[in-house]
Amino acid sequence: MSSARDQILKRVNDALAPLPERAPLPDWDRELVHVRETAIPPSTDLWALFSERLKSVNGEPVDDLATLVNLLRENGWLHGYCDPALWPELQSAFDESFTVETDFDRTRVDDYAFGITAVAGAIAETGTLILGDNTTSSRLGALTPWAHIAVVRDAQIHPDILAAINALPEDPNLIFVTGPSKTADVEGILIEGVHGPGRQLALRR
Amino acid sequence: MANQPIDAYAASLPPDKRESVYQSTKGTHEKRTKLLWDHFLDPNELRQTAGRIKQHVIENLDTLLPAAEAKLQANGVQVHWAPTAEDACAAVHGIMDARGATKLVKSKTMVSEEIELTPYLEKRGMEALETDLGEFIIQIDHDHPSHIVRPIIHKNRREIATSFEREGLGDYNDEPEVITRRARDFLRQKYLQADVGLTGGNFISAESGRLVLVTNEGNSRFCLAAPKVHIALVGIEKLVPRDRDLGLLLNLLGRSATAQQLTVYTEFITGPKSPTQPDGPEEMHVIFVDNGRTEVLASQCREILRCIRCGACLNVCPIYRQASGHAYRSVYPGPVGAVLSPLLAGKQFPELADLPKASSLCGACNEVCPVDIPIPDLLLRLRDKGKTEGAPKASIGVPPMGGWALMASQPTAWKAALAGGKVINHIPTKLIPFPPLQSWTSSRTLPEWRGGSFRKWMKNRPSK
Repeated sequence: MSSARDQILKRVNDALAPLPERAPLPDWDRELVHVRETAIPPSTDLWALFSERLKSVNGEPVDDLATLVNLLRENGWLHGYCDPALWPELQSAFDESFTVETDFDRTRVDDYAFGITAVAGAIAETGTLILGDNTTSSRLGALTPWAHIAVVRDAQIHPDILAAINALPEDPNLIFVTGPSKTADVEGILIEGVHGPGRQLALRR
Repeated sequence: MANQPIDAYAASLPPDKRESVYQSTKGTHEKRTKLLWDHFLDPNELRQTAGRIKQHVIENLDTLLPAAEAKLQANGVQVHWAPTAEDACAAVHGIMDARGATKLVKSKTMVSEEIELTPYLEKRGMEALETDLGEFIIQIDHDHPSHIVRPIIHKNRREIATSFEREGLGDYNDEPEVITRRARDFLRQKYLQADVGLTGGNFISAESGRLVLVTNEGNSRFCLAAPKVHIALVGIEKLVPRDRDLGLLLNLLGRSATAQQLTVYTEFITGPKSPTQPDGPEEMHVIFVDNGRTEVLASQCREILRCIRCGACLNVCPIYRQASGHAYRSVYPGPVGAVLSPLLAGKQFPELADLPKASSLCGACNEVCPVDIPIPDLLLRLRDKGKTEGAPKASIGVPPMGGWALMASQPTAWKAALAGGKVINHIPTKLIPFPPLQSWTSSRTLPEWRGGSFRKWMKNRPSK
């Protein structure tokens, strides 16, 4: 008896055999997917555009570390997780009122108010953050705290989706994150923080 | 004459639900149109190109499927093939058994609903839990999924709060924010306890083997962060030829579905987690599901396999707006469901043969489709199939036309009817106790009869 694979491929072959010719693969120009209002000249400040777009999807750009630490304190977010590779760079801005762990403990997911991780890239056109296994120290550390802070460097910002896809790094899992986790399932009313972060921040470094 | 089943269902809907479906679909459709035309110089060219790419995919599955399989395997993914729904369920069960796994969390996959995976696993002592908020509510209500994008468009907050109270998820509270927070608390514990995360697949690139998943809630991300095994159930038609085609299709998917530039979480997965990553699956399986798709491929309606499940055709459809998803009695509702569900039903086609008639053939579904599927043409082909195969459901709501056919095919009878037809102008047709006629005239006014005058004019016309 033939394998399930052979069975399906035989059915596919039988179904396609009567076609006199096959539909060709069209080529297309990237102009086709250029978003009019963000057609980006080379000199554009990509961080400025990224910030504007991030705000439009209810994300929050933060221009410097001191502002971030104040924001965390004002919200009472004093316990969090930070990527161990980033912590030496950020540590001096956090005083003793904060408890920051560099090992994420999955048995205490609800204990962390914030998680700080690095990005693999960002997209200006859509205000998107790109996280990857090789750059994001813990998938759960970036997902389960109420506030996720993604650390973005200017050189990592791509102008648009297509540029980002063309430059996807080698990584088994890359995710485009465009704003906080959200749903409109209950009567169409928008609620943020369904499963993942209710606040999505991006810190410029 | 009996109403078509879909009309009967629409008539039975409480007015507030009908209004809520109407308003919500109309609002999303309008936002979608504005966004596409604001953003792109030529949205029509964009969607037609996307349609040509997907048509290329379905007509080249014989080479693209093995190419995708080879890439997936090279990336460390185990590939399985499931000719039937039973085979697909058994494959999931087999993978769970081999790991000693008993708990599975699902990120909404329409294929898993199509193959009825949850009851299959539950019968074998396993837990399979939906994690999309709307789908979770459907599951606890023992309802069945019938909407592609907004799964609980047909439920209001009071019903949801009652369900949560019944399931022990807190005292009655119908605030959407409270409902959402309670689901968050409950479901994150379930993710952490689960052995397996099961997802669908929006696209797989044959070029790189990248599996693309989109969600707004982040439930697929959670399913791929906490459990140690990832299983993706993917219909064989979900391929794209090249990675760059993902850029084009993703630009269309979010806008067409929910009027978003990009869905919040768009995941590109090539395999099990990186060795340096503490969270995520150590093994990944892709199950390619046929379950009738090759029969659709062999049919005259193969274009429906281009569908990227965005739901734009639902939102614009005058029938869906009045009837909602349950009226379509299958997992796939609206215009796409009216084509796909009867075709995927295989031998059960006669059971759903009325669905192709649930359309005004206005063409709006074709106009909005991001992959340019000629849905009205496909509906006509399926109406013909229903008629040719003599499916009784294909004739519900249609007056018997045998007498008409006889008259129209006999020139003498036809001429006599035309000549005598004027009589009808003097008959109170609404009062004639003939059910098919009553049904038609209840919502239509017959125009004044003017038949026969053309022949008279032709006969008396002076010859040149």
